[in-house]
Amino acid sequence: MAENFLASLRVMGLGMLGIFSVAVALMLIMMLLTKLFPAKKEDDKNRDGE
Amino acid sequence: MQEILSLYGNIAGLTPQMVIMWVIGGVLIYLGIVKKMEPSLLVPMGFGAILVNLPNSGAVTQTLNGVLTEGPLDVLFNAGIANEIFLLLLFIGIGAMIDFTPLLANPQMMLFGAAAQFGIFFTISLAILFGFSLQDAASVGIIGAADGPTSIFVANYYHSSYLGAIIVAAYSYMALVPIIQPPVIRLVTTKKERKIHMDYNPRSVSKTAKILFPICITVVAGLIAPSSVALVGFLMFGNLIRECGVLNSLSETAQGTLANLITLMLGLTVASQMRAEDFLNIRTIFILLLGLVAFIFDTIGGVLFAKFLNLFLKKKINPMIGACGISAFPMSARVITQMALKEDPTNVLIMQATGVNVSGQVASVIAGGIILSLVPLI
Repeated sequence: MAENFLASLRVMGLGMLGIFSVAVALMLIMMLLTKLFPAKKEDDKNRDGE
Repeated sequence: MQEILSLYGNIAGLTPQMVIMWVIGGVLIYLGIVKKMEPSLLVPMGFGAILVNLPNSGAVTQTLNGVLTEGPLDVLFNAGIANEIFLLLLFIGIGAMIDFTPLLANPQMMLFGAAAQFGIFFTISLAILFGFSLQDAASVGIIGAADGPTSIFVANYYHSSYLGAIIVAAYSYMALVPIIQPPVIRLVTTKKERKIHMDYNPRSVSKTAKILFPICITVVAGLIAPSSVALVGFLMFGNLIRECGVLNSLSETAQGTLANLITLMLGLTVASQMRAEDFLNIRTIFILLLGLVAFIFDTIGGVLFAKFLNLFLKKKINPMIGACGISAFPMSARVITQMALKEDPTNVLIMQATGVNVSGQVASVIAGGIILSLVPLI
């Protein structure tokens, strides 16, 4: 019973750590994308091109 | 006279369990048609449950007079669900339907999507404690992803014998989000917290960012959890054909015809797993209860995470938006928006809620991939 309990805690801990680490990585990527390719500059380019 | 009697001989094969399954099928059909709860899935599933629970049903594989006769539902199951093709094709359609702009405009919402997957892992742990094998526990816990295709994908991957119950639980609870979430949210928040006003300062997102987003997500998720490449990749491919702007006809086909076609076959085919002898047992009831636990703790996880962040933030977050981190899109966002308006008619949270809800869609698929990678390691 104790072994099962510890195994279950391990699953929960590793799982949440995993999902949060991926979420942080994705969040940083999104921030980088919006910083490298901001909307305002593209809108200005399109306006100048018209 | 003998011939006439033998014509009706099949009725003798009817069992009480089959009749119970007819009732369950009827309930699913009723929920779909009358209550309009996920009708595109509950109606075919309900009808399929009746089809497979007729004595010597020709819809499923049977041995009749010593001859093995393949049933079309089993053929479809092997052709599209056992190899996960139907689910992955459906994901293209789902990806084409999703607009990630609210998430890209507020990337920090991704954290709420992660927090709201807590119910999955909590339920896996609980299932292990109750004696389920790790694979079956993972198959049951993934109900908390609130994402039917991901639930089927993981359960099928582990050849779970509870696939029928898992699918019924996943889709039924997704449809019950407006009933499940509000009381849970009220339980873990105060009235003052539910009234927290959030301003929305929209940030534009460039087309380039929207095009690169699905590609980057696929690469990152694939590197970290390679088992998730199929799930994440097909979802993001659908999103790419939506955002690139040059594949509008493909995007429309994916969102419409493809998604509808697959949904049609999916609902009917998964019912092949709802045979009375497999479905009607104590374990099924247990799985339905564990699925509910997964949903409840998803909601609690998202809300409590928001409350935790509020300990450090000057500009407070309305903790209710944490509950939108489940994948039930857009239902969860609408539910929370309505709850916020009820508390304060000036507090319009739809954009924040949608951003979190969209992050939940990504997070649930990632969670599925993490489970597939994690289970062999434990």
